[in-house]
Amino acid sequence: MSVSAPTTDFDLLPFAGEHHEELPFLRKYIFSTDHKVIARQFLFLSLFFLVVGGLLAAMIRWQLGFPGQPMPGGDVLPDTMAPGGIILPEFYNALVTMHATFMIFFAIMPLLVGVFGNLLIPLQVGAPDMAFPRLNMASFWLAVPAGVLMLASFAVEGGASGAGWTAYAPLSASGEWTGVYLGQQLWLASLFILGFSSIAGSVNYVTTVINMRAPGLTWLRLPLATWALFITAWLILLAMPILAGALIMLLFDQTIGTAFFRPEVGGEPLLWQHLFWYFGHPEVYILIVPAMGIASEVVSNGSRKPVFGYHSMVLAICGIAFLGWIVWGHHMFMSGMNPMLGTTFMVTTMLIAVPSAIKVFNWLGTMWKGNIHLHTPFLHGAGFVSLFIVGGLSGVFMAATPVDIQIHDTYFIVAHIHYVLFGGSLLAIFAGITFWYPKFFGRIMNEFWGKVHFVLTFILYNVVFFPMHSLGVQGMMRRLYDPYQYEIFADMLPLNRFISIALFGLVVVQVIFALNFILSLWSKKVGPNPWKANSLEWAVPSPPPHGNFQHMPVVYRGPYEYSLPGADEDYILQTEPDEKAAPAERPVEPATR
Amino acid sequence: MESHAAAVDLPGRQPEIALEGVYTKKLGMWIFLLSEVMFFTSLIGAYVILRFANPEHFALPGEVLNVPLTAINTFVLICSSVSMVKAFAALQNGDQKGLQLWLLVTIALGSAFVGVQIYEYVQLAAHEGFVPSADLYAAEGGPLYGSTFYVMTGFHGTHVTLGVLALIFVLIQARKGAYTPENVGGVEIVGLYWHFVDLVWIVLFTIVYLI
Repeated sequence: MSVSAPTTDFDLLPFAGEHHEELPFLRKYIFSTDHKVIARQFLFLSLFFLVVGGLLAAMIRWQLGFPGQPMPGGDVLPDTMAPGGIILPEFYNALVTMHATFMIFFAIMPLLVGVFGNLLIPLQVGAPDMAFPRLNMASFWLAVPAGVLMLASFAVEGGASGAGWTAYAPLSASGEWTGVYLGQQLWLASLFILGFSSIAGSVNYVTTVINMRAPGLTWLRLPLATWALFITAWLILLAMPILAGALIMLLFDQTIGTAFFRPEVGGEPLLWQHLFWYFGHPEVYILIVPAMGIASEVVSNGSRKPVFGYHSMVLAICGIAFLGWIVWGHHMFMSGMNPMLGTTFMVTTMLIAVPSAIKVFNWLGTMWKGNIHLHTPFLHGAGFVSLFIVGGLSGVFMAATPVDIQIHDTYFIVAHIHYVLFGGSLLAIFAGITFWYPKFFGRIMNEFWGKVHFVLTFILYNVVFFPMHSLGVQGMMRRLYDPYQYEIFADMLPLNRFISIALFGLVVVQVIFALNFILSLWSKKVGPNPWKANSLEWAVPSPPPHGNFQHMPVVYRGPYEYSLPGADEDYILQTEPDEKAAPAERPVEPATR
Repeated sequence: MESHAAAVDLPGRQPEIALEGVYTKKLGMWIFLLSEVMFFTSLIGAYVILRFANPEHFALPGEVLNVPLTAINTFVLICSSVSMVKAFAALQNGDQKGLQLWLLVTIALGSAFVGVQIYEYVQLAAHEGFVPSADLYAAEGGPLYGSTFYVMTGFHGTHVTLGVLALIFVLIQARKGAYTPENVGGVEIVGLYWHFVDLVWIVLFTIVYLI
């Protein structure tokens, strides 16, 4: 090891105690390098795209519930999309594609990773900021043009991409099949730019967690949210470049006429599926692992009990992340793959049920005989656990190759993905936003309206998505513009209309959350630790000042020491020195290098 | 105030850190390079799969590509890695003149590599009809050959170009005296990237030009 390398530049970073510089407006709120400001920027950006995605979903459901009828307010759309408010088939293709694209890449993923990764990682590891604050700022300001490009694709000639969010070739490789040329290219370019944003973020997260933990904060004293975000960052880091390579090849097929995925000139459309899902399956875990971390925090806090089986929770996250790399073929059972290979993918996929079940039982074990406080974050966390069980079990159905022959590409898949991404990830996001709202804005959201929102969302959510399992088993294909033109699906209209009406209710109920979120910005200020939690972010004011900690914090204990026998309170901050601990267990000076 | 007193006593971070001694910027570059590995894996992996599945699209080495010219170019790039090592060694010895000289040599060799590659592209496209577009492809083999060749070598060339730009930035900083034996940051980090880009080329040269 060279003697010239500096030990650490961490020591040189300004903690709040030594830093009082007032920044100009632009540097403080727009081009800020403060991880908390970037987290808030990501929060507003991704909530905006969540609304966009939700409106697209409502339009999809209008067409499925009331096919060929003019959509209320639909006459504001141009004639290329919905003349007289009646949705065109081409526009319907764009709707399903862009709903998934916005929700996955611009809402759920930045909400989980961009928002909570940015807010929580430096706070929970006891660092003044990210390892590379300027790179962090670049990460946000790359996501903005990506989102703008994606939105702009609706306005170009031919409309937005209609090839599905999976962009299967050859449909996506040439505009002659879909009539979409520039829209598809914008879709590809937008995701390519977003990939840079994600990779910049992940480099930051991984480096920060490895190198900037506070003294005494060992790996097995890290809060599970940070563990989950750390593992997720690895998945993004290694999976996003694969997508980038695939996007580049598809973009060249579209623009300069390369041959990669175009069968008419010798290319291999199946190669796209392999590359896409080699990225796509880790992506699925990028979208659920941080939610698991958030759920662990709120379930433990609401139960006033330590997380049951902390070590197995960490190992289960690692296990899920590892297995996520060897299961991509289960998306392609119907692509004509060798049945032997299909069986291999079936087995590896079913193995994922093991670490997932470990996590579920640990959450239940955490709640078991706990002193349960039914606060809004806990309710959402418990909702996450219950809906994740449903989504996880339907996943096992799909993993079984013989069953998948029937349900492949049907509404069963749509039900499954929404149970894990809406029932799972989005409920965990609601839990996270309500739980850490004090750390975002120094205030707390209204509990009553929070619970009303949860109860209505939970009920309507199940009313919308549970019947889709039934539709799928009966064979109703996803992405059909008008399923009822086929005799076998004709009698499914009433159930679809029921689902659509419930979905409109579900969308309206989200207004409660939006109003609660906005109006709470003017509510009473709260202290550092309104939820009486243990990890380091609760040791600093709400919201934390620039530089976070007054001085470098020292950690003496794990993050979930709730209801410790003999303690005065039912929580103990990680920074609380342990009087009874043997000196050997206390943090010591680092060994000289 | 007890925690404050403890914080003052502790000079650095806690001792359990696995990668003790790897400073943050260097660690960040290593992690970024892992993601680069995956990017080139997707391009090279696609090439390998397409070539196995469609051997009729690909010509033998030397039939279309100019192997001797590229072999010399490969040597140039390997030499640039050596000069990068020399630059870093000079800095560690406190030899600022040597640092600037070897950085300049590295920039020159890297630029030469990119220049020769552009010349090769022009030759291939103009005289062999070897182009990325499937409709215009007129060389031995089939359009998959041109598509994969240009995307792989093109993205590598882009990386070399970005590396040259980064080296120019480092050279300007070095002339301002930004680096000392105690503060090697920028030189070592750009060096890591440079060696990585070289390594990728060794793989590309082998699978595209030799086998």
